[in-house]
Amino acid sequence: MIEAGLKNELQKQGVYVTTLEDLYNWGRANSVWPLTFGLACCAIEMIAASMSRYDLARFGAEVFRPSPRQADLMIVAGTVTKKMAPLVVRLYNQMPEAKYVIAMGACAISGGPFKQGYNVLKGIDRYLPVDVSIPGCPPRPEALIHAIMTLQEKILNQKLTGPDRPRHLNADVPGEFPVPAYGEHDLEPSKNPEVWQPPIMTRK
Amino acid sequence: MQTNTYLVLVLLMLAAVGFAAAPLAMAWAWAKFYSPQKPGKDKNAIYECGLESKGDAWIHFRSEYYLYGIIFLVFDVETIFLLPFAVSFAGLPVGAFVAMIVFLLLLVEGLVWAWRKGMLTWN
Repeated sequence: MIEAGLKNELQKQGVYVTTLEDLYNWGRANSVWPLTFGLACCAIEMIAASMSRYDLARFGAEVFRPSPRQADLMIVAGTVTKKMAPLVVRLYNQMPEAKYVIAMGACAISGGPFKQGYNVLKGIDRYLPVDVSIPGCPPRPEALIHAIMTLQEKILNQKLTGPDRPRHLNADVPGEFPVPAYGEHDLEPSKNPEVWQPPIMTRK
Repeated sequence: MQTNTYLVLVLLMLAAVGFAAAPLAMAWAWAKFYSPQKPGKDKNAIYECGLESKGDAWIHFRSEYYLYGIIFLVFDVETIFLLPFAVSFAGLPVGAFVAMIVFLLLLVEGLVWAWRKGMLTWN
């Protein structure tokens, strides 16, 4: 590993040094291909972000893939109903490693304004490991761009060895997450305990 | 010499084939030795729309369907030949005109046959 100060000093002299890890992560971070799918109104903002006015292409993330087999990133854009949740999890399972999830908007994070509804999932993080959450109802395209930049930062800072290495280099992390089934009253199971645990409230 | 000029062509062709094959071979080698293989039930599923596939792909088609196929063909072929016929109608010799009318009558005969068989009535 090269020292940051030495790297700076060399750069001033016109010598650029890097590590294989940095190069690898730089390539991964600048070619994050999202999966084409929108669930509700947040998807409209996602579409706007990919169009010319906001131009997601500047971040290498404009290639919305129509097949999960070619996608790196799942943008859960909108309200996840309980009817839709198994499909979302199944699509995530079909994506190749390394895969990332952005929960876009209040609904995808927590159910949002429909949290009290009987048919709305109270956050996709109950089933999937969410990397970046964007609050907002709906978040503006700039917020999505910020989320992509946050994700890029996360990818750039990932070490390729050690316990925090990315999913695709870690043989122990699961390749597939259990798909919930339609139960009598709720999805079964109602959460994936390996991914999400209900917050413990302590009352004083 | 004549053979030498062809040798250059062969070399160029080999280079072209190599240029096309090398990335494919590299992609294959990368997938074989480095890619993280995590197959599973969902990942190996055929469809990619999030839903599970239902039923059997080996379903029966009713054999009566051939009649609809034939009637479609009558109109389809007629349209394809009528358009150039209409465009060059003014400059056609009598022989070509008669041949075209005979052809049209053949198609109309097929239509009359289907009509009398009751194929055009909805049931």
